[in-house]
Amino acid sequence: MTAANPFPSLPTHGTRKVSKWGDRIFVALTGIAAAGILALLVALVAVLYNGSKSSIQVLGFTFLYTTVWNPVGNVYGVVPFLVGTLLTSSVSLLISIPLSLGAAIFLTQQAPAWLRDPVGQLIELLAAIPSIVYGFWGLIVLVPIMRLTIEPALKLYLGWTGLFVGTPIGLDYLTASVVLAVMTIPTITAISRDSIAAVPRSQKEAALSLGATDWEVTRNAVLPYARSGIIAGIVLGLGRALGETMAVLLVIGNSPYLPKSLISQGATISTVIANDFFENAGPFELSALIEAGLILLVVTLVINIGARVILARFQLGRGGMAE
Amino acid sequence: MKFDRAVRRKIFSHGMTVASGLAIVAIMVPLASVIYEAIVQGGSVFNLAFFTQGIPYPCSPRAGVVCQQGGIEPAIQGTFILVGLASLYSVPLGVGAAIFAVEYGSERGIARIIGMAADVLAGVPSIVVGAFIYALVLLYDPAIVFSTISGSLALAVIMVPIVTRTTEEALRTVPNSVREAALALGISRWKTSVRIVLVSALPGVLTGVLLAVARAAGEAAPLLLVCNGLRSFSGFNNVVAAVPIMMFTFATTPYQNWINLAWGGALFLLVLILGLSLASRYVLNRMARRMRGG
Repeated sequence: MTAANPFPSLPTHGTRKVSKWGDRIFVALTGIAAAGILALLVALVAVLYNGSKSSIQVLGFTFLYTTVWNPVGNVYGVVPFLVGTLLTSSVSLLISIPLSLGAAIFLTQQAPAWLRDPVGQLIELLAAIPSIVYGFWGLIVLVPIMRLTIEPALKLYLGWTGLFVGTPIGLDYLTASVVLAVMTIPTITAISRDSIAAVPRSQKEAALSLGATDWEVTRNAVLPYARSGIIAGIVLGLGRALGETMAVLLVIGNSPYLPKSLISQGATISTVIANDFFENAGPFELSALIEAGLILLVVTLVINIGARVILARFQLGRGGMAE
Repeated sequence: MKFDRAVRRKIFSHGMTVASGLAIVAIMVPLASVIYEAIVQGGSVFNLAFFTQGIPYPCSPRAGVVCQQGGIEPAIQGTFILVGLASLYSVPLGVGAAIFAVEYGSERGIARIIGMAADVLAGVPSIVVGAFIYALVLLYDPAIVFSTISGSLALAVIMVPIVTRTTEEALRTVPNSVREAALALGISRWKTSVRIVLVSALPGVLTGVLLAVARAAGEAAPLLLVCNGLRSFSGFNNVVAAVPIMMFTFATTPYQNWINLAWGGALFLLVLILGLSLASRYVLNRMARRMRGG
């Protein structure tokens, strides 16, 4: 700097004497924000654990394997709700996976070009509709249809399976699963569509040149290539379904018993928390409800992390190709 | 025999084409029904009174009884207050964390950990967020567990990961050469981060904020636990109404005028979210055009 300045017209101050204080303060501020995110995550687990301590200490593991939830008798077992959560989520996936995949395949492979973008964007928009809107629609529009048409028909034709025992009233696991499917379909379709659309043309052309039909191209060349993206979409949909409250709360009937059939009234972990949190809940019941929330958190985390591991494996297998 | 097989494959292929076409029809029917009902039923109460009047007495039309339509002004106001407060906490936190991760963290180290933390937070069910805020505020001051403050904190927890993730992505789209050019000119690092990198990434950041606001505005589950009521705003330590909570409360009653208002609430949320999505798309398109130098 002391030697000849190659650009004498430029000011020399400020090139070296840049204030380090500005930098330090800025790093500190953004660092605090970054630490805040991590702290939030730690606090989430710690506070939920602390809130459920009395329930954990008194009930111990019985909370996890007993099936009676009775606030009057001060007996709490989470199994009926855990079963309800897993049942509604899996039935909703049974409905939403084939439909979403079919729609994604149609939108990327068969639909005329002018239809692809508008419908695709519409579906992305539908994924942003709040769950209370789906739940309200489910209660007012879908429940009567389920009660009067679909459930009697299922009883009549599929009654022999034993899945549809009881009086159809429309407020049950099946209706909750249908609403969950309706609200997760846009998510799964949008992500599957993106990953199918990202499959290189050469992949399809290679299969076509071997004489494959349209379906064989899709089945053998396109879908395997888009597999990790599709799985990611499904898991995201599953995550939404597992934790969903409002859409389920309004249509599941809210009864704290193990399911007798798909058309019996029930509850999930999230709906029992939403339902029982206020009704003159005593401190111990609140503690049990918070523990139920902790378990829901663990279930969703395990599934999310599991999905990540699966995805990472697929990506490794393909040399880190797809997103 | 060979010919038969080819024909069979063709027919099967066409069958699957038809099936996937039917799939899209099948998914569009319920989704179209949601939107149709919201527009038709909600549209019938979408007038000035809906936005300006208070919540009416519950009523169902009978002979000789005319129901007052009323409005949901307290709920709309409450939603704006709750989401506004939540943005106030979550946007600086999310943007700050993203700047730290991208500008000061390395790909494998801090940035990865913060990104993972944001992903985990994004996967936490919203009802669990409600239980968390309940238990957290209870530790601090049991008197304000059910309050506007608690409600906005819960919405903020839901917004933070969305803001963090989209800001991170937006900052990463700014090429490193821009940073290097600024630093080479002797501009300090923090000024480079704020005036050059953040400003170029601003449309992306704004998109993230709009998406987070859209998500929070429609969120009901956590408010059910910590801010559940139909009252107008009366201070930060009291409960305030919100549109999704109003919808839930009205949905479970038999009163016709309340059900109608709930449909109006559904249409309100749909319009709000559509508006925010279109706004974010517009912002992104403008950014794309600017980047192309148009």
